[in-house]
Amino acid sequence: MMKIPVSRIAHTRSGDKGDIANIGIIAWQPRYYPILLREVTPDRVKTFFGELVKGGVDRFELPNLYALNLLLHHALGGGGTVSLRTDAQGKTLGAALLAMEIDVDERELTD
Amino acid sequence: MIRIANGQGFWGDWLEAPVRLVDGGPIDYLTLDYLAEVTMSILQKQRQADPDLGYARDFPPLIGRIAKKLRERHIKVVANAGGVNPVACARAVLKAAPGLKVAVVLGDDVLDRIDEFLGKGYEMRNIDTGAPISTIREHILSANAYIGAFPLAEALATGADVVIAGRCADAALVVAPMIDRFGWEPEDYDKLSAGIVAGHIIECGAQCSGGNCQVDWQNIPDLANIGYPIVEAEADGSFAVTKHPGTGGRIDSHGVKEQLLYEIGDPRQYMTPDCVADFTSLHLEDTGPDRVRGFGVRGGPRPAMLKASMSYHAGWKASGTLVYSWPNALEKARVADRITRQRLDQLGLRFDEIHTEYFGVNACHGPAARPVHDPPEVQVRISVRGSDKRAVDRFTREMIPLVLTGPPGGTGYGEGRPEVRQIVAYWPALIPREEIHTSVEVIK
Repeated sequence: MMKIPVSRIAHTRSGDKGDIANIGIIAWQPRYYPILLREVTPDRVKTFFGELVKGGVDRFELPNLYALNLLLHHALGGGGTVSLRTDAQGKTLGAALLAMEIDVDERELTD
Repeated sequence: MIRIANGQGFWGDWLEAPVRLVDGGPIDYLTLDYLAEVTMSILQKQRQADPDLGYARDFPPLIGRIAKKLRERHIKVVANAGGVNPVACARAVLKAAPGLKVAVVLGDDVLDRIDEFLGKGYEMRNIDTGAPISTIREHILSANAYIGAFPLAEALATGADVVIAGRCADAALVVAPMIDRFGWEPEDYDKLSAGIVAGHIIECGAQCSGGNCQVDWQNIPDLANIGYPIVEAEADGSFAVTKHPGTGGRIDSHGVKEQLLYEIGDPRQYMTPDCVADFTSLHLEDTGPDRVRGFGVRGGPRPAMLKASMSYHAGWKASGTLVYSWPNALEKARVADRITRQRLDQLGLRFDEIHTEYFGVNACHGPAARPVHDPPEVQVRISVRGSDKRAVDRFTREMIPLVLTGPPGGTGYGEGRPEVRQIVAYWPALIPREEIHTSVEVIK
């Protein structure tokens, strides 16, 4: 097994719904999707963001697009206009997740 | 097949985009989305000050600019530019572009009906927090139900060149032309859901055609001339996303997926006034350069309740910044923060929240930010919010004195004292569908 950042196997876009941040995470290749399913779990994501995420993390699967949708609850300091954060809409949180380290077997990255 | 373009993803989006969509190649419909969640409250205030205002003021001059082309090419415009005053918006459009037929969709504004709804026992709890609306009743500034695509299609059926709505579901702007042209019925859930998916893909404008896109972003061609998206919709619900030839940007399935996932909740149940779309049923295919085909979308019946978007006064806030340079830039910035907090405390000022960020260190990613060692400079940004406007105002006088009374080398205060801003917060709630009666009016 080896450690790689999420960016090696996926790309992301993030935004807001009130005080919930959403991160869409899309596998670069269909064969990377099972790695996303195994490694990018709600618990791991919550731990990665630490105290930034005050609530829980939900995960939804889109196997048709080889993608996941993550909902980070109470993650935007109140959200929208109430939030005092520079990134009140969570636009950069998807980029942050690219740095999360995950475990893969080298063979999973090649055919 | 019909071509539906979106030339505005929010009020403030690129002004040239709709003009280039009309000039740059064939389209049948031009949609423009102007309303963010709290835009309505700003417009409500403008209408209170002047009964002829309260709509997106960029819209009438834009229509004036493109009116000739709209007529020559039989392009119809569908926009939510009406804000809280669609009729005044329509009159301004007629002044800027005499001779166009303009129809408005009314009935979304329920600000005057809050007490009636409360009297009927609707609690209008905040969808996100569960709190009943009675807790903010006297602070409500605007209240609008999200209306669906059918009233917009009804307005198109009058033969109008320009359809102006107030608060409607963003994607409904794109679905309305499909209903108008293909004759879809309210029970055509799968087709309506396909239209919603297509609408969701293009509702943020260039965010599906190369803007804000992580996919090999350094090599996305000519972002300065980015092409805004066009949906080529078929009567069976399938569609292609593309853009005019010769424009910048890029459309491929990876970029489209980024936008598809943008600001959604449960992808199996994307709620809209007209249907519940299942994003997990969509199939995407790259079918050519800058061309992605979508098909296979399924969906379910429309929900019994309509979402309403309300806004309310939620206090005051202000943010101030200072810059500290090497050496020990971060340490100096942290000391400035500590001193400020101590002084605010000694003044007996109380806030709901004090929040500090360090630009160049953690402002975007917070505790998940990658570690920085010995940065050449750091900007500290301290923000407060609370219900006491005087306390927030006093805070705005506490930043600049640090230049002479705090750690060495503070600078970057040239823009002066921070501004105290009102917090207008968003309150999403549900209203029974049968309470909302829409109507269409052709404005002379």
